Amino acid sequence: MTDPIIRIDNLVKSFGTFKVLDGLSFDVMPGEKLALIGPSGSGKTTILRILMTLESISDGHIEICGDQLYHMQRNGREVPADEAHLHKMRSHIGMVFQHFNLFPHKSVLENITLAPILTKGTPRAKAEARAMELLEMVGLADKADARPAQLSGGQKQRVAIARALALQPRIMLFDEVTSALDPELVEEVLLVMKRLAAETDMTMLLVTHEMGFAHEFADRVLFFDKGRIVEQGPPEQIFSNPREERTQSFLRKIIAAGHRV
Amino acid sequence: MGDWGGYLSLILQGALVTAKLTVMGCALALVVAFIAGLGRVSRFAAIRWLATAYIEFFRGTSIFVQLFWVYFVLPFAGVTLEPIQAGIMALGLNVGAYAAEVVRGAILSVPRDQYEACIAVNLTRFQRMRHVIFPQALPLMLPTFGNNAIELLKGTAVVSLISLHDMTFQAQVVRAQTGSTLIPFATILVLYFLMALALSRAIRMIETRITRGLDGVR
Ligand SMILES: Nc1ncnc2c1ncn2[C@@H]1O[C@H](COP(=O)(O)OP(=O)(O)OP(=O)(O)O)[C@@H](O)[C@H]1O
Ligand SMILES: [Mg+2]
Repeated sequence: MTDPIIRIDNLVKSFGTFKVLDGLSFDVMPGEKLALIGPSGSGKTTILRILMTLESISDGHIEICGDQLYHMQRNGREVPADEAHLHKMRSHIGMVFQHFNLFPHKSVLENITLAPILTKGTPRAKAEARAMELLEMVGLADKADARPAQLSGGQKQRVAIARALALQPRIMLFDEVTSALDPELVEEVLLVMKRLAAETDMTMLLVTHEMGFAHEFADRVLFFDKGRIVEQGPPEQIFSNPREERTQSFLRKIIAAGHRV
Repeated sequence: MGDWGGYLSLILQGALVTAKLTVMGCALALVVAFIAGLGRVSRFAAIRWLATAYIEFFRGTSIFVQLFWVYFVLPFAGVTLEPIQAGIMALGLNVGAYAAEVVRGAILSVPRDQYEACIAVNLTRFQRMRHVIFPQALPLMLPTFGNNAIELLKGTAVVSLISLHDMTFQAQVVRAQTGSTLIPFATILVLYFLMALALSRAIRMIETRITRGLDGVR
Protein backbone atom coordinates (compact mmCIF):
# COMPACT_ATOMS: atom_id res chain seq x y z
CA MET A 1 0.00 0.00 0.00
CA THR A 2 1.29 3.43 -0.85
CA ASP A 3 0.73 6.24 1.59
CA PRO A 4 -1.69 9.07 0.87
CA ILE A 5 -0.07 12.18 -0.56
CA ILE A 6 -2.56 14.38 1.27
CA ARG A 7 -3.98 13.54 4.66
CA ILE A 8 -6.51 15.90 6.12
CA ASP A 9 -7.26 15.11 9.73
CA ASN A 10 -9.96 16.76 11.75
CA LEU A 11 -9.55 20.08 9.98
CA VAL A 12 -11.43 23.02 11.47
CA LYS A 13 -11.64 26.43 9.87
CA SER A 14 -13.58 29.31 11.32
CA PHE A 15 -14.03 32.82 10.03
CA GLY A 16 -14.83 34.67 13.21
CA THR A 17 -17.54 32.68 14.89
CA PHE A 18 -18.56 31.00 11.65
CA LYS A 19 -17.23 27.46 11.29
CA VAL A 20 -16.75 26.82 7.59
CA LEU A 21 -15.02 23.46 8.05
CA ASP A 22 -15.87 21.46 11.12
CA GLY A 23 -13.72 18.43 11.70
CA LEU A 24 -13.10 17.53 8.08
CA SER A 25 -11.01 14.43 7.32
CA PHE A 26 -10.06 12.78 4.06
CA ASP A 27 -7.05 11.34 2.29
CA VAL A 28 -5.90 11.67 -1.29
CA MET A 29 -3.71 9.05 -2.93
CA PRO A 30 -0.79 9.96 -5.19
CA GLY A 31 -1.94 10.50 -8.75
CA GLU A 32 -5.57 10.59 -7.78
CA LYS A 33 -7.89 13.00 -9.60
CA LEU A 34 -10.38 14.32 -7.14
CA ALA A 35 -13.43 16.46 -7.86
CA LEU A 36 -14.91 18.52 -5.07
CA ILE A 37 -18.52 19.48 -5.69
CA GLY A 38 -21.22 20.98 -3.57
CA PRO A 39 -23.45 24.00 -3.09
CA SER A 40 -22.11 27.51 -2.92
CA GLY A 41 -20.58 28.30 0.46
CA SER A 42 -19.95 24.67 1.36
CA GLY A 43 -16.24 25.34 1.85
CA LYS A 44 -14.71 23.93 -1.34
CA THR A 45 -12.59 26.96 -2.11
CA THR A 46 -11.58 27.22 1.51
CA ILE A 47 -10.15 23.70 1.43
CA LEU A 48 -8.02 24.47 -1.63
CA ARG A 49 -6.89 27.81 -0.17
CA ILE A 50 -5.86 26.08 3.03
CA LEU A 51 -3.87 23.51 1.08
CA MET A 52 -2.15 26.36 -0.81
CA THR A 53 -1.44 28.09 2.55
CA LEU A 54 -3.45 31.12 1.51
CA GLU A 55 -5.63 30.68 4.56
CA SER A 56 -4.64 29.58 8.03
CA ILE A 57 -6.31 26.72 9.85
CA SER A 58 -8.14 26.90 13.15
CA ASP A 59 -7.50 23.33 14.23
CA GLY A 60 -6.52 19.90 12.97
CA HIS A 61 -3.66 18.55 10.90
CA ILE A 62 -2.74 18.34 7.26
CA GLU A 63 0.01 16.11 5.96
CA ILE A 64 1.44 16.66 2.50
CA CYS A 65 3.97 14.25 0.98
CA GLY A 66 4.65 12.82 4.41
CA ASP A 67 5.24 16.15 6.17
CA GLN A 68 2.99 18.27 8.31
CA LEU A 69 1.85 21.36 6.41
CA TYR A 70 0.93 23.65 9.27
CA HIS A 71 3.08 22.12 12.00
CA MET A 72 6.71 21.32 12.49
CA GLN A 73 8.89 19.73 15.11
CA ARG A 74 11.06 21.88 17.29
CA ASN A 75 12.97 20.34 20.20
CA GLY A 76 10.76 17.31 19.93
CA ARG A 77 7.60 19.36 20.25
CA GLU A 78 5.02 20.18 17.65
CA VAL A 79 4.85 23.90 16.93
CA PRO A 80 3.06 25.97 14.28
CA ALA A 81 4.93 26.05 10.97
CA ASP A 82 7.07 29.09 10.29
CA GLU A 83 7.45 30.83 6.94
CA ALA A 84 10.51 28.76 6.02
CA HIS A 85 8.59 25.54 6.59
CA LEU A 86 5.61 26.78 4.60
CA HIS A 87 7.96 27.80 1.82
CA LYS A 88 9.40 24.31 1.70
CA MET A 89 5.96 22.70 1.74
CA ARG A 90 4.57 24.95 -0.99
CA SER A 91 7.02 23.50 -3.47
CA HIS A 92 4.84 20.38 -3.53
CA ILE A 93 1.69 22.28 -4.47
CA GLY A 94 0.48 24.45 -7.32
CA MET A 95 -2.79 26.25 -7.80
CA VAL A 96 -4.83 27.65 -10.67
CA PHE A 97 -7.26 30.38 -9.71
CA GLN A 98 -10.72 31.24 -10.89
CA HIS A 99 -9.55 34.69 -11.97
CA PHE A 100 -6.18 33.55 -13.38
CA ASN A 101 -4.13 36.00 -11.28
CA LEU A 102 -1.46 36.37 -13.95
CA PHE A 103 1.24 38.98 -13.42
CA PRO A 104 0.03 41.82 -15.65
CA HIS A 105 3.40 43.55 -15.91
CA LYS A 106 5.16 40.47 -17.26
CA SER A 107 4.95 38.80 -20.63
CA VAL A 108 3.34 35.39 -20.96
CA LEU A 109 6.78 33.78 -21.08
CA GLU A 110 7.99 35.70 -18.03
CA ASN A 111 4.86 34.75 -16.13
CA ILE A 112 5.90 31.14 -16.57
CA THR A 113 9.66 31.46 -16.07
CA LEU A 114 9.66 33.89 -13.14
CA ALA A 115 9.11 31.38 -10.37
CA PRO A 116 11.34 28.55 -11.67
CA ILE A 117 14.20 31.02 -12.08
CA LEU A 118 13.68 32.61 -8.68
CA THR A 119 12.65 29.70 -6.53
CA LYS A 120 14.46 26.78 -8.12
CA GLY A 121 17.45 28.57 -9.59
CA THR A 122 16.68 27.17 -13.02
CA PRO A 123 18.95 28.83 -15.61
CA ARG A 124 17.00 31.29 -17.72
CA ALA A 125 17.59 29.47 -21.02
CA LYS A 126 16.38 26.21 -19.56
CA ALA A 127 13.38 27.83 -17.90
CA GLU A 128 12.43 29.46 -21.19
CA ALA A 129 12.77 26.25 -23.15
CA ARG A 130 10.58 24.50 -20.64
CA ALA A 131 8.07 27.38 -20.71
CA MET A 132 7.88 27.12 -24.50
CA GLU A 133 7.15 23.41 -24.21
CA LEU A 134 4.36 24.16 -21.79
CA LEU A 135 2.98 26.90 -24.02
CA GLU A 136 3.09 24.44 -26.87
CA MET A 137 1.13 22.01 -24.76
CA VAL A 138 -1.59 24.56 -23.94
CA GLY A 139 -1.60 25.74 -27.55
CA LEU A 140 -0.23 29.22 -26.98
CA ALA A 141 3.34 29.08 -28.26
CA ASP A 142 2.64 32.09 -30.49
CA LYS A 143 1.65 34.20 -27.47
CA ALA A 144 4.93 33.93 -25.58
CA ASP A 145 5.70 37.64 -25.91
CA ALA A 146 2.16 38.90 -25.38
CA ARG A 147 1.01 40.59 -22.19
CA PRO A 148 -1.80 38.97 -20.24
CA ALA A 149 -4.02 41.96 -21.07
CA GLN A 150 -3.82 41.00 -24.73
CA LEU A 151 -5.23 37.52 -24.14
CA SER A 152 -8.76 36.19 -23.96
CA GLY A 153 -9.96 34.67 -20.70
CA GLY A 154 -9.48 31.15 -21.96
CA GLN A 155 -5.95 31.95 -23.09
CA LYS A 156 -5.17 33.59 -19.76
CA GLN A 157 -6.31 30.53 -17.92
CA ARG A 158 -4.20 28.26 -20.10
CA VAL A 159 -1.18 30.44 -19.36
CA ALA A 160 -2.02 30.22 -15.66
CA ILE A 161 -2.06 26.44 -15.95
CA ALA A 162 1.32 26.50 -17.69
CA ARG A 163 2.67 28.79 -14.98
CA ALA A 164 1.63 26.37 -12.25
CA LEU A 165 2.99 23.37 -14.17
CA ALA A 166 6.38 25.00 -14.69
CA LEU A 167 7.19 24.38 -11.03
CA GLN A 168 6.39 20.69 -11.42
CA PRO A 169 4.34 20.39 -8.26
CA ARG A 170 3.18 16.95 -7.20
CA ILE A 171 -0.23 18.30 -6.33
CA MET A 172 -2.31 20.70 -8.40
CA LEU A 173 -5.35 22.58 -7.17
CA PHE A 174 -7.94 23.96 -9.58
CA ASP A 175 -10.60 26.27 -8.19
CA GLU A 176 -13.46 26.74 -10.64
CA VAL A 177 -10.98 27.50 -13.35
CA THR A 178 -13.64 27.93 -16.02
CA SER A 179 -16.35 29.79 -14.16
CA ALA A 180 -14.99 33.25 -14.98
CA LEU A 181 -14.92 32.40 -18.68
CA ASP A 182 -17.38 33.07 -21.47
CA PRO A 183 -19.14 29.80 -22.33
CA GLU A 184 -17.43 29.47 -25.71
CA LEU A 185 -14.00 29.63 -24.03
CA VAL A 186 -14.67 26.93 -21.45
CA GLU A 187 -13.99 24.04 -23.75
CA GLU A 188 -10.42 24.99 -24.66
CA VAL A 189 -9.45 25.08 -21.00
CA LEU A 190 -11.19 21.83 -20.16
CA LEU A 191 -9.44 20.20 -23.08
CA VAL A 192 -6.05 21.16 -21.67
CA MET A 193 -7.02 19.83 -18.28
CA LYS A 194 -8.28 16.54 -19.65
CA ARG A 195 -4.98 15.99 -21.41
CA LEU A 196 -3.16 16.90 -18.24
CA ALA A 197 -5.20 14.42 -16.26
CA ALA A 198 -4.58 11.71 -18.80
CA GLU A 199 -0.90 12.32 -19.37
CA THR A 200 0.52 13.09 -15.94
CA ASP A 201 0.63 11.31 -12.64
CA MET A 202 0.11 14.54 -10.76
CA THR A 203 -2.40 14.51 -7.96
CA MET A 204 -5.22 16.87 -8.85
CA LEU A 205 -7.96 18.45 -6.79
CA LEU A 206 -10.65 20.11 -8.81
CA VAL A 207 -13.42 22.33 -7.53
CA THR A 208 -16.04 22.74 -10.20
CA HIS A 209 -19.65 23.35 -11.08
CA GLU A 210 -19.16 21.59 -14.41
CA MET A 211 -20.55 18.21 -13.48
CA GLY A 212 -19.97 16.71 -16.91
CA PHE A 213 -16.33 17.60 -16.67
CA ALA A 214 -16.04 16.33 -13.11
CA HIS A 215 -17.52 13.07 -14.28
CA GLU A 216 -14.94 12.66 -17.02
CA PHE A 217 -11.99 14.01 -15.09
CA ALA A 218 -12.24 12.51 -11.66
CA ASP A 219 -11.40 9.14 -10.16
CA ARG A 220 -13.35 10.11 -7.10
CA VAL A 221 -15.94 12.74 -6.36
CA LEU A 222 -16.49 14.32 -2.95
CA PHE A 223 -19.83 15.96 -2.38
CA PHE A 224 -19.64 18.68 0.25
CA ASP A 225 -22.29 20.44 2.17
CA LYS A 226 -21.75 22.82 5.05
CA GLY A 227 -18.08 21.97 5.33
CA ARG A 228 -18.58 18.23 5.60
CA ILE A 229 -18.35 15.38 3.15
CA VAL A 230 -21.87 14.14 2.63
CA GLU A 231 -21.02 11.47 0.12
CA GLN A 232 -18.06 10.31 -1.89
CA GLY A 233 -17.32 7.71 -4.48
CA PRO A 234 -16.46 7.11 -8.11
CA PRO A 235 -18.18 9.56 -10.48
CA GLU A 236 -20.53 6.87 -11.84
CA GLN A 237 -21.93 6.34 -8.38
CA ILE A 238 -22.19 10.00 -7.35
CA PHE A 239 -23.72 11.21 -10.60
CA SER A 240 -25.85 8.23 -11.61
CA ASN A 241 -26.66 6.68 -8.31
CA PRO A 242 -26.29 9.11 -5.44
CA ARG A 243 -27.31 7.59 -2.12
CA GLU A 244 -27.78 10.71 -0.07
CA GLU A 245 -30.84 12.86 -0.36
CA ARG A 246 -28.75 16.03 -0.27
CA THR A 247 -26.58 14.87 -3.15
CA GLN A 248 -29.65 14.01 -5.16
CA SER A 249 -31.30 17.36 -4.61
CA PHE A 250 -28.05 19.22 -5.36
CA LEU A 251 -27.66 17.39 -8.66
CA ARG A 252 -31.30 17.98 -9.54
CA LYS A 253 -30.84 21.71 -8.99
CA ILE A 254 -27.67 21.75 -11.07
CA ILE A 255 -29.41 19.97 -13.93
CA ALA A 256 -32.39 22.29 -13.64
CA ALA A 257 -29.94 25.20 -13.91
CA GLY A 258 -28.89 23.84 -17.29
CA HIS A 259 -25.61 22.14 -16.49
CA ARG A 260 -24.73 18.89 -18.14
CA VAL A 261 -24.03 15.88 -16.00
CA MET B 1 20.69 101.26 -10.77
CA GLY B 2 22.22 100.03 -13.91
CA ASP B 3 24.12 96.80 -13.87
CA TRP B 4 21.23 94.51 -14.76
CA GLY B 5 23.58 91.93 -16.15
CA GLY B 6 25.26 91.65 -12.76
CA TYR B 7 21.94 91.39 -10.97
CA LEU B 8 20.74 88.74 -13.36
CA SER B 9 23.84 86.67 -12.75
CA LEU B 10 23.21 87.03 -9.02
CA ILE B 11 19.72 85.59 -9.50
CA LEU B 12 21.06 82.82 -11.73
CA GLN B 13 23.57 81.89 -9.03
CA GLY B 14 20.59 81.64 -6.73
CA ALA B 15 18.78 79.53 -9.30
CA LEU B 16 21.69 77.12 -9.22
CA VAL B 17 21.41 76.77 -5.45
CA THR B 18 17.66 76.25 -5.78
CA ALA B 19 18.17 73.63 -8.48
CA LYS B 20 20.77 71.84 -6.40
CA LEU B 21 18.51 71.83 -3.33
CA THR B 22 15.66 70.52 -5.44
CA VAL B 23 17.57 67.73 -7.13
CA MET B 24 19.40 66.56 -4.03
CA GLY B 25 16.35 67.04 -1.86
CA CYS B 26 14.26 64.96 -4.25
CA ALA B 27 16.90 62.23 -4.28
CA LEU B 28 16.90 62.11 -0.49
CA ALA B 29 13.10 62.29 -0.36
CA LEU B 30 12.86 59.37 -2.76
CA VAL B 31 15.19 57.16 -0.74
CA VAL B 32 13.47 58.07 2.51
CA ALA B 33 10.02 57.61 0.96
CA PHE B 34 10.82 54.05 -0.13
CA ILE B 35 12.33 53.14 3.22
CA ALA B 36 9.51 54.65 5.27
CA GLY B 37 6.79 53.61 2.83
CA LEU B 38 7.94 49.99 2.86
CA GLY B 39 8.42 50.29 6.62
CA ARG B 40 4.75 51.24 6.93
CA VAL B 41 3.69 47.95 5.39
CA SER B 42 6.31 45.84 7.18
CA ARG B 43 5.18 42.76 9.04
CA PHE B 44 7.24 43.88 12.04
CA ALA B 45 5.29 46.13 14.36
CA ALA B 46 8.40 47.97 15.56
CA ILE B 47 9.36 48.95 12.02
CA ARG B 48 5.81 50.02 11.23
CA TRP B 49 5.80 52.10 14.37
CA LEU B 50 9.09 53.79 13.56
CA ALA B 51 8.01 54.60 10.02
CA THR B 52 4.69 55.96 11.24
CA ALA B 53 6.39 58.10 13.87
CA TYR B 54 8.73 59.59 11.27
CA ILE B 55 5.93 60.28 8.81
CA GLU B 56 3.56 61.79 11.34
CA PHE B 57 6.28 63.95 12.83
CA PHE B 58 7.46 65.41 9.56
CA ARG B 59 3.98 65.91 8.19
CA GLY B 60 2.73 67.38 11.41
CA THR B 61 5.36 70.09 11.87
CA SER B 62 6.31 72.83 9.47
CA ILE B 63 9.31 72.70 7.17
CA PHE B 64 10.31 76.06 8.59
CA VAL B 65 10.69 74.68 12.09
CA GLN B 66 12.34 71.48 10.81
CA LEU B 67 14.96 73.47 8.96
CA PHE B 68 15.62 75.52 12.05
CA TRP B 69 16.14 72.40 14.09
CA VAL B 70 18.38 70.71 11.59
CA TYR B 71 20.60 73.75 11.25
CA PHE B 72 20.58 75.42 14.65
CA VAL B 73 19.70 72.70 17.13
CA LEU B 74 21.48 69.61 15.78
CA PRO B 75 24.90 71.23 16.41
CA PHE B 76 24.12 71.02 20.14
CA ALA B 77 23.87 67.27 19.63
CA GLY B 78 27.25 67.34 17.95
CA VAL B 79 25.97 67.27 14.37
CA THR B 80 27.00 70.33 12.45
CA LEU B 81 25.87 70.58 8.84
CA GLU B 82 26.75 72.95 6.06
CA PRO B 83 23.78 75.17 5.23
CA ILE B 84 23.26 73.36 1.92
CA GLN B 85 23.36 69.97 3.66
CA ALA B 86 20.92 71.16 6.27
CA GLY B 87 18.64 72.48 3.55
CA ILE B 88 18.73 69.23 1.60
CA MET B 89 18.15 67.22 4.73
CA ALA B 90 15.17 69.23 5.94
CA LEU B 91 13.56 69.32 2.50
CA GLY B 92 14.26 65.65 1.80
CA LEU B 93 12.94 64.45 5.13
CA ASN B 94 9.90 66.67 4.96
CA VAL B 95 8.81 65.76 1.44
CA GLY B 96 9.95 62.17 1.97
CA ALA B 97 7.32 61.84 4.68
CA TYR B 98 4.56 62.78 2.25
CA ALA B 99 5.98 60.60 -0.49
CA ALA B 100 6.24 57.65 1.93
CA GLU B 101 2.47 57.69 2.23
CA VAL B 102 2.28 57.59 -1.56
CA VAL B 103 4.54 54.53 -1.61
CA ARG B 104 2.43 52.84 1.02
CA GLY B 105 -0.85 53.62 -0.74
CA ALA B 106 0.43 52.35 -4.08
CA ILE B 107 1.70 49.11 -2.57
CA LEU B 108 -1.57 48.49 -0.77
CA SER B 109 -3.53 49.13 -3.94
CA VAL B 110 -1.97 46.16 -5.74
CA PRO B 111 -4.77 43.58 -5.63
CA ARG B 112 -4.66 40.73 -3.12
CA ASP B 113 -4.85 38.33 -6.04
CA GLN B 114 -1.29 39.19 -6.90
CA TYR B 115 0.01 38.27 -3.44
CA GLU B 116 -1.86 35.01 -3.61
CA ALA B 117 -0.45 34.21 -7.04
CA CYS B 118 3.02 34.84 -5.61
CA ILE B 119 2.41 32.43 -2.75
CA ALA B 120 1.07 29.84 -5.15
CA VAL B 121 4.29 29.98 -7.18
CA ASN B 122 6.23 29.96 -3.92
CA LEU B 123 8.06 33.27 -4.15
CA THR B 124 9.66 34.44 -0.93
CA ARG B 125 8.41 37.61 0.74
CA PHE B 126 11.27 39.60 -0.71
CA GLN B 127 10.77 38.17 -4.21
CA ARG B 128 7.06 38.96 -4.04
CA MET B 129 7.77 42.60 -3.33
CA ARG B 130 10.72 42.92 -5.66
CA HIS B 131 9.32 41.17 -8.73
CA VAL B 132 5.56 41.44 -8.51
CA ILE B 133 4.17 43.99 -6.08
CA PHE B 134 6.64 46.84 -6.36
CA PRO B 135 6.81 46.92 -10.18
CA GLN B 136 3.04 47.22 -10.27
CA ALA B 137 2.95 49.84 -7.54
CA LEU B 138 5.65 52.07 -9.02
CA PRO B 139 3.64 53.43 -11.96
CA LEU B 140 0.92 54.41 -9.50
CA MET B 141 3.37 56.43 -7.41
CA LEU B 142 4.90 58.50 -10.16
CA PRO B 143 2.21 61.12 -10.81
CA THR B 144 2.03 61.98 -7.12
CA PHE B 145 5.81 61.91 -6.86
CA GLY B 146 5.74 64.62 -9.52
CA ASN B 147 3.55 66.78 -7.30
CA ASN B 148 5.80 66.07 -4.33
CA ALA B 149 8.86 67.16 -6.30
CA ILE B 150 7.22 70.44 -7.24
CA GLU B 151 6.20 70.98 -3.61
CA LEU B 152 9.82 70.47 -2.70
CA LEU B 153 10.96 73.00 -5.29
CA LYS B 154 8.57 75.56 -3.87
CA GLY B 155 9.69 74.70 -0.37
CA THR B 156 13.31 75.56 -1.15
CA ALA B 157 12.54 79.24 -0.61
CA VAL B 158 12.59 78.75 3.17
CA VAL B 159 16.32 78.04 3.20
CA SER B 160 17.22 81.71 3.19
CA LEU B 161 16.42 81.31 6.91
CA ILE B 162 19.79 79.61 7.31
CA SER B 163 21.58 82.10 5.08
CA LEU B 164 21.58 79.98 1.97
CA HIS B 165 21.65 82.16 -1.12
CA ASP B 166 18.90 80.55 -3.11
CA MET B 167 16.87 82.20 -5.83
CA THR B 168 14.38 83.92 -3.54
CA PHE B 169 17.18 85.19 -1.31
CA GLN B 170 19.01 86.67 -4.30
CA ALA B 171 15.85 88.32 -5.55
CA GLN B 172 15.56 90.02 -2.16
CA VAL B 173 19.15 91.18 -2.48
CA VAL B 174 18.50 92.62 -5.91
CA ARG B 175 15.38 94.28 -4.66
CA ALA B 176 17.24 95.88 -1.77
CA GLN B 177 19.99 97.11 -4.03
CA THR B 178 17.88 98.38 -6.91
CA GLY B 179 14.67 99.31 -5.18
CA SER B 180 12.81 97.44 -7.88
CA THR B 181 10.48 94.69 -6.76
CA LEU B 182 8.88 93.92 -10.06
CA ILE B 183 11.93 93.00 -12.11
CA PRO B 184 13.70 90.56 -9.75
CA PHE B 185 10.48 88.91 -8.67
CA ALA B 186 9.12 88.64 -12.19
CA THR B 187 12.42 87.02 -13.12
CA ILE B 188 12.30 84.41 -10.39
CA LEU B 189 8.61 83.81 -11.05
CA VAL B 190 9.52 82.76 -14.55
CA LEU B 191 12.51 80.76 -13.36
CA TYR B 192 10.52 78.86 -10.73
CA PHE B 193 7.89 78.14 -13.30
CA LEU B 194 10.44 76.85 -15.80
CA MET B 195 12.02 74.63 -13.16
CA ALA B 196 8.65 73.20 -12.18
CA LEU B 197 7.91 72.59 -15.82
CA ALA B 198 11.22 70.80 -16.30
CA LEU B 199 10.50 68.68 -13.22
CA SER B 200 7.08 67.56 -14.33
CA ARG B 201 8.39 66.88 -17.83
CA ALA B 202 11.16 64.75 -16.41
CA ILE B 203 8.73 62.79 -14.25
CA ARG B 204 6.38 62.31 -17.16
CA MET B 205 9.26 60.97 -19.22
CA ILE B 206 10.16 58.48 -16.52
CA GLU B 207 6.51 57.56 -16.29
CA THR B 208 6.13 56.76 -19.98
CA ARG B 209 9.35 54.85 -19.82
CA ILE B 210 8.29 52.73 -16.88
CA THR B 211 4.77 52.13 -18.07
CA ARG B 212 5.81 51.40 -21.65
CA GLY B 213 4.40 48.07 -22.66
CA LEU B 214 2.27 48.06 -19.55
CA ASP B 215 -0.84 49.31 -21.32
CA GLY B 216 -3.95 47.59 -20.21
CA VAL B 217 -2.41 46.53 -16.92
CA ARG B 218 -5.20 48.31 -15.15
N1 LIG C 1 -12.22 35.47 4.17
C1 LIG C 1 -13.44 35.10 4.60
N2 LIG C 1 -14.02 35.72 5.62
C2 LIG C 1 -15.23 35.36 6.06
N3 LIG C 1 -15.95 34.36 5.53
C3 LIG C 1 -15.43 33.68 4.51
C4 LIG C 1 -14.15 34.03 3.98
N4 LIG C 1 -13.89 33.18 2.96
C5 LIG C 1 -14.95 32.36 2.86
N5 LIG C 1 -15.88 32.66 3.79
C6 LIG C 1 -17.15 31.95 3.97
O1 LIG C 1 -16.88 30.59 4.09
C7 LIG C 1 -17.89 29.83 3.45
C8 LIG C 1 -17.27 28.87 2.49
O2 LIG C 1 -16.69 29.60 1.44
P1 LIG C 1 -16.02 28.92 0.19
O3 LIG C 1 -15.53 30.02 -0.68
O4 LIG C 1 -15.03 27.91 0.63
O5 LIG C 1 -17.25 28.21 -0.48
P2 LIG C 1 -17.34 27.45 -1.86
O6 LIG C 1 -17.79 26.08 -1.54
O7 LIG C 1 -16.07 27.60 -2.61
O8 LIG C 1 -18.50 28.24 -2.58
P3 LIG C 1 -18.67 28.65 -4.13
O9 LIG C 1 -19.20 27.44 -4.81
O10 LIG C 1 -19.66 29.74 -4.09
O11 LIG C 1 -17.34 29.08 -4.62
C9 LIG C 1 -18.83 30.82 2.80
O12 LIG C 1 -19.97 30.95 3.63
C10 LIG C 1 -18.05 32.09 2.79
O13 LIG C 1 -18.91 33.20 2.92
MG1 LIG D 1 -15.50 28.62 -4.38
